[in-house]
Amino acid sequence: MLIGKVVGSVVATRKDEKLANQKLLVVQVHDHSNKPKDQYVVAVDSVGAGHEDMVLYATGSSARQTTQTENRPCDAVIMAVVDSWDLGGANVYEKWS
Amino acid sequence: MYLGRVIGRVVATQRYAGLTGVPLHWLQPLDEHGADMGDALVACTVVSAGPGDLVHFVDGREAALACPETFVPVDAAILGFVEQAHANDKFIGRTAAGAR
Amino acid sequence: MFLAEVVGTVVSPVQIAALEGRTLLLVRPVAPDGRAAGKTRIAIDRAQAGVGDRVLVIDEGNSARQILGDKTAPIKTLVVGVVDYVEAGDALVYDHRVRS
Repeated sequence: MLIGKVVGSVVATRKDEKLANQKLLVVQVHDHSNKPKDQYVVAVDSVGAGHEDMVLYATGSSARQTTQTENRPCDAVIMAVVDSWDLGGANVYEKWS
Repeated sequence: MYLGRVIGRVVATQRYAGLTGVPLHWLQPLDEHGADMGDALVACTVVSAGPGDLVHFVDGREAALACPETFVPVDAAILGFVEQAHANDKFIGRTAAGAR
Repeated sequence: MFLAEVVGTVVSPVQIAALEGRTLLLVRPVAPDGRAAGKTRIAIDRAQAGVGDRVLVIDEGNSARQILGDKTAPIKTLVVGVVDYVEAGDALVYDHRVRS
């Protein structure tokens, strides 16, 4: 999994019918030191993430292993909202600070 | 499957239902010299391992099969704690917690 | 499948049940002429390979589970053969029989 920040949402009226009613979010990838990368993914949200949340997303066929995305054209799914993380004991990100 | 070092912990309470209680760790993949190989990633931990530990992990769909619930959106999982890896007449071992 | 060189061993005393008792090797993918060509991985030995051997590695979950006869093992990388020689065109680019 990788961590990213929700920076937007996507609305597409004309799309594959299997993508109907899926919440699509734009996620900017961050590295482990919380530095944003110039890399973005559009992911289906399975946990109710909000704008500017730091989220964890899974890619590839693993992304289809949710009741919501099973047998649907989806290659990235948000599977957790991150509260905090530390590296070597030093806090790097804290949602509620 | 790859060799890696646990470099941090991730806390996430709001998560996919089947993943409740599974620890998440930052993981730095390593090459045969013990040097960083590619970017760090977050993995589910199904054995006991913590920062500084040398581990082996699997990526892709197989990672979900290691979790308590197997139909889950997981693409990386730590499968084992590595006591010692030996390559090029050198031992790669544990470091102090989280040291790089 | 790809060609790789066994560069080391991995000792993992604590790991998931599906891996218990299996030998783990560090393998580095190589080009036919022996240059390193890809990320170093950990593979389960199914061919009694040793350090220094040129081997054939499979890195795909379904094939690995078929070979191991375990439908739920979170395993995808196996050493499935020890290479005797590699030919490129008319030339022998690797010959284990000469080297050993």
